[in-house]
Amino acid sequence: MNRRLLTTFAAPALAAVAAIVVSSVAVLVAGESPATAFKAMWSQIDSTESIVLIVNRAVPYYVAGVAVAIGFKMNLFNIGANGQYVLAALLAAAAGAAVDLPAPIHVAMIMGIAVVVGATWAAIPALLKAYRGVNEVISTIMLNYVATNLIAYLLAEHFRNPDQPNIRETRVLPESARLPSLNSLFEAIGFDFGPGVVLHGFLPVAIVLGIGYHVLLNRSRFGFNLRVSGENPTAARAAGISPRRMIIVTLIMSGAIAGLIGIGPLIADPQFYKYGDQFPVSYGFIGLSLALLGRNHPVGMAAAALVWATIERATQALSFVDIPQEIGIILQGSFLLSAIIAYEIVRRLSADAETRAASRETPGTRTIAEAPA
Amino acid sequence: MSATATVPVQDAREERRGLRLPGPIALWVVAAASVAISLAREISNNDDLTSANTFGVAIRTAAPIALAGLGGLYAERSGTINIGLEGMMIMGTVFAGWWAWEYNPWMGVLGGVIGGALGGLVHAFATVTFGVNHIVSGFAINILAPGVARFMANLLFEGESGGSVTNSPGASGEIGVFTMPVLSGGPLLGWKDTPDPLGSLADRQWFLVSDIASLLKALTTELRLDLVLVIVLFVASVYVLWRTRFGLRLRSAGERPSAADSLGVSVVFYRYVGMLISGGLAGMAGSVLVIGANRYSQGQTGGRGFLGLATLVVGNWRPAGVAAGAGLFGFFDGITQRIDPGQLILAAILAAAILLAFGIVYSVMQLRPGPALLMAIGGAVLLWVYLTIDEIRSEFVFMAPFVVTLIVVASRGQASRPPAQAGIPWRKGSQN
Amino acid sequence: MGAIVHIAIDEAPGGADYELPAQNESLRVLEKRGARAERGVHGRLSPRVQPMTTAVEPGTAIDSAYAIELRGIVKRFPGVVANDGVNLRVREGTIHAIVGENGAGKSTLMKTLYGAHQPDEGDILIHGTRRTFRSPSAAIDMGIGMVFQHFMLADNFTVWENIVLGSEPGHLRLNMRKARRRIRELSEQYGLEVDPDELVADLGVGDKQRVEILKVLYRGARILILDEPTAVLVPHEVTELFASLEQLTQQGATVIFISHKLDEVLGNADAITVIRAGKTVGEIDDPSTVTAGELAEMMVGSELPSPETREATVRDDVRLEVVGLTIESAPTGVDTVALAAGLAGGIESSGTPTSHRPLDDVSLRVHSGEIVGIAGVEGNGQTELIEAIMGLRPASGIVKVDEQDVSELSNTARRNAGIGYVAEDRQRDGMVLSMTLWENVILGHQAGDDFTHRGLIDRDAARERTRQVVEEFDVRTPGIDVSAFTLSGGNQQKLIVGREMMAKPHVLIAAHPTRGVDVGAQAVIWDILRQARSDGLATLLISADLDELIGLSDRLLVMLRGKVVAEVDPQTVTPAELGSYMTGAHQHDGRSASGSPGDGEAPA
Repeated sequence: MNRRLLTTFAAPALAAVAAIVVSSVAVLVAGESPATAFKAMWSQIDSTESIVLIVNRAVPYYVAGVAVAIGFKMNLFNIGANGQYVLAALLAAAAGAAVDLPAPIHVAMIMGIAVVVGATWAAIPALLKAYRGVNEVISTIMLNYVATNLIAYLLAEHFRNPDQPNIRETRVLPESARLPSLNSLFEAIGFDFGPGVVLHGFLPVAIVLGIGYHVLLNRSRFGFNLRVSGENPTAARAAGISPRRMIIVTLIMSGAIAGLIGIGPLIADPQFYKYGDQFPVSYGFIGLSLALLGRNHPVGMAAAALVWATIERATQALSFVDIPQEIGIILQGSFLLSAIIAYEIVRRLSADAETRAASRETPGTRTIAEAPA
Repeated sequence: MSATATVPVQDAREERRGLRLPGPIALWVVAAASVAISLAREISNNDDLTSANTFGVAIRTAAPIALAGLGGLYAERSGTINIGLEGMMIMGTVFAGWWAWEYNPWMGVLGGVIGGALGGLVHAFATVTFGVNHIVSGFAINILAPGVARFMANLLFEGESGGSVTNSPGASGEIGVFTMPVLSGGPLLGWKDTPDPLGSLADRQWFLVSDIASLLKALTTELRLDLVLVIVLFVASVYVLWRTRFGLRLRSAGERPSAADSLGVSVVFYRYVGMLISGGLAGMAGSVLVIGANRYSQGQTGGRGFLGLATLVVGNWRPAGVAAGAGLFGFFDGITQRIDPGQLILAAILAAAILLAFGIVYSVMQLRPGPALLMAIGGAVLLWVYLTIDEIRSEFVFMAPFVVTLIVVASRGQASRPPAQAGIPWRKGSQN
Repeated sequence: MGAIVHIAIDEAPGGADYELPAQNESLRVLEKRGARAERGVHGRLSPRVQPMTTAVEPGTAIDSAYAIELRGIVKRFPGVVANDGVNLRVREGTIHAIVGENGAGKSTLMKTLYGAHQPDEGDILIHGTRRTFRSPSAAIDMGIGMVFQHFMLADNFTVWENIVLGSEPGHLRLNMRKARRRIRELSEQYGLEVDPDELVADLGVGDKQRVEILKVLYRGARILILDEPTAVLVPHEVTELFASLEQLTQQGATVIFISHKLDEVLGNADAITVIRAGKTVGEIDDPSTVTAGELAEMMVGSELPSPETREATVRDDVRLEVVGLTIESAPTGVDTVALAAGLAGGIESSGTPTSHRPLDDVSLRVHSGEIVGIAGVEGNGQTELIEAIMGLRPASGIVKVDEQDVSELSNTARRNAGIGYVAEDRQRDGMVLSMTLWENVILGHQAGDDFTHRGLIDRDAARERTRQVVEEFDVRTPGIDVSAFTLSGGNQQKLIVGREMMAKPHVLIAAHPTRGVDVGAQAVIWDILRQARSDGLATLLISADLDELIGLSDRLLVMLRGKVVAEVDPQTVTPAELGSYMTGAHQHDGRSASGSPGDGEAPA
């Protein structure tokens, strides 16, 4: 119990402090005062508008976190989430723009395609690992770059919007494919976000994913198998859980969810409604960071996503006070680094305590295996 | 005197049946590849495929990748996996851009080394001292580094003439080039135009001989001095790692740290040193990029750090292999930068098909139908592409190094020989 | 030359309750009873053997004839006194054996000698001078070299690289020629043939051991300590080793080796020291004057446990049948074992390469109400057998449960067919320590209907079952929501046994069910097994604990090198017989009890 408290609160708090210290040093190096920086950052996020924008950003981050976390629970590193989601977004955008269907079906189709593409792209490293023992870190990193180039090719040759000869992007999605904003929902209960502020409609999907992740992991048999395979793979095998099957299914599932990462921006963000050069391409890495920060916990990752998005939003104000905006990335990066070190320290401390507790036998006995002969 | 009867040992490595080729297989692969490329040149009548110019571009492109790979090698040989090569390279580029502009190109090289080594220090701190998972730590560095680089660029370059947050002003001065006298026509003590036998040989277009001459000429003509340094570093690494006391101890930290520890070798020390060297080399890879472009640019690294990692795998964790792998990747890249890339790419595809043909023969000799079949399919596809398609888009060429790595990794499977304990944290008292 | 220490052996007959085995037959079986000795079950020392007497006064000139002398060494650990006044006297240029069971204090003593720790009391004298070793380097400087049971070699390095690491010739540059030359010198001088340029990964076990020995010789060791050197060797390698050791001593080196293989000790040692329960109980200067039986008695102080008479509950129906189960060779490539090991983040250490099939045409039957025990030195195919039966490892042959052929079925299907499984290493294979008790009860049964409904875990069912297990099987725990690691080993094991039993299996595979478990829990588990037996359970019991095997089994099989080499009746088997089957001594061209040269294979 003690250990839980430590990792849940003390460790991240310490990491946050470390991150703030590092960033403050950076601010000082830039010749400004940290106080100015943090004041500016605070004022930036201190509004309803900001909160909405932060949530908008955090939604796809969270989806990415969930996708990666499923892999992490089994000690599988799905670094390929990036490649999986951009490929899925491109193909879903192209397909979505090519047809016209009633709204719910249209949206479902887009999401369905994204899921299938993501799953398929993840199947490659999954099979390579399960049957050839290829480490998924290498294979997914390679596939990310293959995906990037593949997208460049597809975008230039096949999925290009003919109405926009100078820009490389897919055709714009028709109305039926766009997810409506949640503004009306909130207005109904008395929240007015103000002019021009839109809460993107993908939020419910993210919430459902989070809940589904929790239920799958903690309540389902598959989740049980997954957790056992991650915590004690040899015991899992002895219990009849096939490592091969688990590797394949888990990575594919991770890829399937990853496919959805880009769908939020695609169909719910008015800035997009199409896939083009402006489309964000690094959300997969953010997902990895969040899964590490949130320790694969559905609520922890949500908190991490909000923190991450908050930092991004807040540091937009820094350019107004002559401070480089990169402080934001430094804050994020050093937070991540400090957190993983802090978590490791806590893990080691409690592991040592565990072994001490376990070796405490009833006094007067000696076990055959452990006797110092 | 006791008799030495060896008990027949069941090896985890695959058995070799059929005919056995003498000598290391890598040498045979290189030989086969050379013949394949020469043949492709002849058949497709595309002399540019093996011209000194193409090779020159290939070398310039390969160098940063090779350095990054060498950095990865030092790290893994000492027992830590360095996924953060890309991040350390980024740090290298910004430091190199800064010092090259502020002082001179050679200081830029040094700056890059220092920048990368700083990243290495952080990684070592997290992994060796705290035992953080190596992949996770490397990944965190890759997240942090671009931010730090951009931050520094903002402070240093923004507002300076020729500079902005996305690039530095140009380097102050040139780094100079080297041309080998007597063999490639370089100057020698005042004698400006020494004979250029390699050049003449290359121009003759003789099968294989001229191609090799081309390669040698490219290596010895107007080679930027920092690239000369890269070559020296590679050769030195072979010596250092396998012929010095330092190298033996470093490698022992990666092969069996508890054995090293029991014999008085400090595992922690060598892992730190290994990681510092790794970061330094990755940083220097950044310097090479900067000197090649004459300035720092955001995003300059473009994934080369990861390609460096790939060369480790393809090159089986040896410097020569890393160099060869990087050379291969650089060759792909070099082709796309030539005047008529489409044709060149096709010629390269033909070369690949021919190489696969050799592979099929070898597999058959080894009585292994499986790989032979796979290679036959691959070769057939490549041949079909060569014969039917006129132009290959550059995106596929850019993809090629990554696909090649995947194929190599998948086919090697369990026969890979990374250092035994690479990536596995070690604590005093463990049996690893 | 002065007084010679020896054992007073009384030639008067009588005293022993069992037949003394003939000299040179293995009594290795007796080392397994360490636990029993530690628990205070003291047997009578046969009146034929008297405790040792020292006839040498400290400080006399005689001391310098001893390369090593340990006097009154005491070493305490929390809760236990590992060495309680141990004496050891080793003459220079001799091969000296230290014998004792597991837990007797041998390794602790050796650690003191090579500097891994310091004794709480007592003196160490090297060539007559008192010394203290603050670290292994200090011991190495004094010429003491330790060769461990588990080799510390880098597989991807060559022999010479492994040997010179840390003491390389040359300064910056590795003087490889010098290194190789020196190694060849040592190799010739001591008769330890190795090829300096060979990769250690390509070496057999005997060769690797030679490399380890050369490692210490290279650093100037004149006193070598070998910990259980023959544990991993096949017979001809053992011969080679002792020939090398002999040559070493002829060159003036001193060799100490720890062993519990009494036939080897008697055949090769110049002197023997027997340690029991932390004390020296015998110093034998002339091994030809003592028999294996006498040594064994000194080591153990008691005899084989006598099985309690109980009624036969064996019925006619065969619950488990195994026919011709064979595994051709050690697994290579990407099999489930490698995948699991990879996921666990480590690299599976390459097992000892074997020159025989891991599992070789094994057939057996277990009836309802019967416990069939499998005895054997670890590593002779027991693990492979149970994993093959459980479907965790591919094997050819037939496995039948209740007449149903399950040979092609998955592990899950076999469990559903009625096999219960208590794995040999509970922490590695039997439970997930970080999970709660009720989650651990699901483990192994997650695919059946007991705890899952339509893909979801039925927490209530799992918790209810856990409560039952905790109550019926006496698992001491504050609750069922605690993590498994908070339980003691014994309670963990009771939980596991209980969880398997409550699934009402027809067949139970129990591997080392009381390993690392306290006495109380052990008794409970034995009762559980006995009760289940009389209720009709068919049990296959694999164990290294002879008390357990003899006390519980109705029939006892012995495995060696992947085969079943003997079937014996636990009620009547002698320690000599059992030990001999387990170590293959009966296959040696040695003398059998009747004196005729070289018996054939023992009846299967």
